Amino acid sequence: MGFAVYLIKKTAITVLLLLGILFITFCLTRALPGDPALALVGQRASPRVIAAIRRQIGADRPFLIQYLSYVKLLSRGEMGRSYSTRREVLGEIAQKFPNTMKLALAAMLLAVPSGLVLGFWAALKRGSGTDTLLSSISIIGISVPVFFSGLLLMLLLSLQLKLVPPSGTGGIRFLLLPALTLSLPSAATLARVTRTMVLETMDMPFIKTARAKGIAGWRVGAVHILRNALIPIVTVMGLDFGSYLNGAVLTETIFGWDGIGRYAVEGIIRRDYPVVLGSILVGTSVFIVVNMFVDIAYHALDPRVRILHK
Amino acid sequence: MTLTITLKGKLSALVIVLVLAFSVLAPLVYPVDPHGVNLDSLREPPGIFTGHLFSGHPLGTDQEGRDILSRLLEGGKISISVSFLAALFAMTVGVSVGLVAGYRGGRTDTALMALCDLILAFPSLLLAIGVSVVLPPGTFTVMLAMASVGWASFARLIRGHVLVIKGSQFVDAARAVGASGPRILWAHILPQCMPLALTLMAVKLGGYIITEASLSFLGLGAQPPVATWGSMISQGMAYIYSAPWIAVLPGLAIALVAFCFNMLGEALGDSGAATNYWAEAAPALRPGKVGPDRQTP
Repeated sequence: MGFAVYLIKKTAITVLLLLGILFITFCLTRALPGDPALALVGQRASPRVIAAIRRQIGADRPFLIQYLSYVKLLSRGEMGRSYSTRREVLGEIAQKFPNTMKLALAAMLLAVPSGLVLGFWAALKRGSGTDTLLSSISIIGISVPVFFSGLLLMLLLSLQLKLVPPSGTGGIRFLLLPALTLSLPSAATLARVTRTMVLETMDMPFIKTARAKGIAGWRVGAVHILRNALIPIVTVMGLDFGSYLNGAVLTETIFGWDGIGRYAVEGIIRRDYPVVLGSILVGTSVFIVVNMFVDIAYHALDPRVRILHK
Repeated sequence: MTLTITLKGKLSALVIVLVLAFSVLAPLVYPVDPHGVNLDSLREPPGIFTGHLFSGHPLGTDQEGRDILSRLLEGGKISISVSFLAALFAMTVGVSVGLVAGYRGGRTDTALMALCDLILAFPSLLLAIGVSVVLPPGTFTVMLAMASVGWASFARLIRGHVLVIKGSQFVDAARAVGASGPRILWAHILPQCMPLALTLMAVKLGGYIITEASLSFLGLGAQPPVATWGSMISQGMAYIYSAPWIAVLPGLAIALVAFCFNMLGEALGDSGAATNYWAEAAPALRPGKVGPDRQTP
């Protein structure tokens, strides 16, 4: 089976998955207790105006028809307009997605090197005080919610030391605080995974062989151990990067970062269905695509993994 | 099979039990009204800073003069019980689905696992927010929201394990003596799955504590005047510069309890009995490989 067939199969599954996700989201939005028409014009509008608006946004039609007409809209490459701002949802998302992308990349840039170094370090010092300390730090990193660590960082870096602005969207000065916050749990997870994998690989016979052949210690570490420990590490990186691109909901909300996570939450709270549907659809598609790249990366990293023959 | 738990696991369990006991017994141990507004004592710093550790408010007061310690205890009761019930609910549903999918196989299996993939691909915090908005906000809603996202990972894990033990001789033997399908599942396969399910639950609880706090931070949890750790932080954020303890203390409480649950989960995952299960049924989910439930950022 060739690579093209793999891609086609994967794409077909992805489309089905997205239709399913769309359906769940659709059920959820229609189950929302608030009426979007009421949310738009307020309680005091006359019943005739409300009925007209309901007709305009299609809320008076049966559920399944609404779903199918949304799918038809999507197939034309549109996502409709926001109920409250009347702006094109696709345009808004196209404008906000680069911000989310910037934040996700910056967070990964901070998390990956620090996670790898800490994990490797703990593994080399197995059983020592350093190991215990590093492992405890990484569990702390997983246990502190981002809205709290973000608050502490904001307090320290921007209110006390006045190094960076506390919130807002913009260049690297604005980016630093949310990216640092977002990178903490990710770095902690990576450090744990790296430690476990390096320890497991170190015991394997081929590492002993490499050492017996007289290969320098650092070279065994960098080439032989790391390469073999890389698959779970890449998995975690993919999951984290994918979920950051989904919109780091809490981080974006706290730091006023104008990304799609905040957009989605605002949409949910304002009962703005097209916004909710659009942002969740884009977010999940990106998540799935990132994980597809991770699958392909497995193949490149470890020839024993044969995605093509499955 | 015996579950041997390391010292750090026992210590973590002890801390959790203590926090829970103090929270539940708060009316007896520390009878201060968590909702009592007192405009004469607004934003009083914790007693350690003022020297009045045993008189007045040991952990200070918040922006409405309410006693922070009693609010922390009330929040702890809600946070731990909601997370625990949500995990229990997720486990029950997930284990049932996993048992049926693994045992029946075929189309049932394909359909149920497709549903799991769907849930796992969905941005989990957004789904939980969606569910919380659909239902009237409150603790029950938060529990339901967390369970409706959380069951899928239990189902996947248990299904994998059922596939492994379905072919065992004791299952064949049970079938040979005429046991029905439900009987085999209930009496023979389920007991084999429980250590695995309970371990996953322990591993996940730390993440559940954080999700509960996140939802109530966003205002979707228990409604005022009831205090939750998440809502205490979001209210305290406005005073972060002038009275940082209002937001920092509940934050430390979340971190402490989540830390203990994560430690406990790791200790259980490392323990002898569970290790074999992780190795054969779910190497990818073994603690330390993927770690405790990843928190939604």
